[in-house]
Amino acid sequence: MAAPARTIAVPAISPRLLAVALLSVGLMLLLGYLVAFDQGAVSQSGMYLHELMHDGRHLLGVPCH
Amino acid sequence: MRTFGSLLVRGLIVGLFAGLLAGTFAYVMGEPHIDAAIAIEEAGAAHSHDHASGDATQAAEEEPLVSRDGQRAGLFLATSLYGVALGGMFAVAFTLLRRKLPTSSDPYAALGLAAAGFIGIVLVPFLKYPPNPPAVGNPDTITRRTVTYLLTLVIGLLAVWAGVAASRWADRLVDRWGVVARLAVGAAAFLATIVAAYLLLPAINEVPGSFPATLLWQFRFASLGTQATLWLLLGLGYAATVDPRMSRQKVVAA
Repeated sequence: MAAPARTIAVPAISPRLLAVALLSVGLMLLLGYLVAFDQGAVSQSGMYLHELMHDGRHLLGVPCH
Repeated sequence: MRTFGSLLVRGLIVGLFAGLLAGTFAYVMGEPHIDAAIAIEEAGAAHSHDHASGDATQAAEEEPLVSRDGQRAGLFLATSLYGVALGGMFAVAFTLLRRKLPTSSDPYAALGLAAAGFIGIVLVPFLKYPPNPPAVGNPDTITRRTVTYLLTLVIGLLAVWAGVAASRWADRLVDRWGVVARLAVGAAAFLATIVAAYLLLPAINEVPGSFPATLLWQFRFASLGTQATLWLLLGLGYAATVDPRMSRQKVVAA
């Protein structure tokens, strides 16, 4: 098992940290959704962003049309 | 000790650069194949103009919302935003899982997490549902393909977790098992999860018989290369930013 290493560079896990971490993950998932799946519902740009990022979606392995 | 904010910002910045460079890889290695596939798609559409004329794709063909040049530039936007999102989630994962990783080296921990993420998020979905270029795929099944893709992604991460958990369990169970035995137990648990999932998930093959096999292979290879570039740079970049030797800040005993 791991020795109690002294170089661990992360803050202790607290309820506050967990809340902030969860919020961050939510925001990141929203951003990922915007790139990978959104068709205007979130971006409110119609299909513009969807079409703009078309090639990226294909090459990032996301199923597309 | 670093704050969560500083760990998160590092992830976002590293993710942005990893995404930009992955976009460069995709532009050089992938765009020619996308162009070739679109040419095939348009040749096919020209033959079947009579059916589904009210379709959105049909309207987009008549007057494209974004030009091909726009989409080539948009590639960089897509990979950068995707990189930022992955970098942010990677930083959260690093913060929450760091203490569970049996290494005293933060850079090694970051590289290990990146390898796990690449296997779970890229390789496992890739092998079951390989990405397809334009002109491949039935628009009517997009919801089904999206759901199964996301399922393989989640299963991929669960399989990695199962492999790690099994190898630790084997470690506790039998004190004297060597590294090889522990790795074998971990790999077996990982593979068992993946094989079960692959067998249970529906097979999807919508590649038209007329689509050139070489182009399909080249596109898929470029797609895998794009994602490998993204994850490799994310892992190496994050490892560098958490390396104590890279920062002037003295590392205080936690």
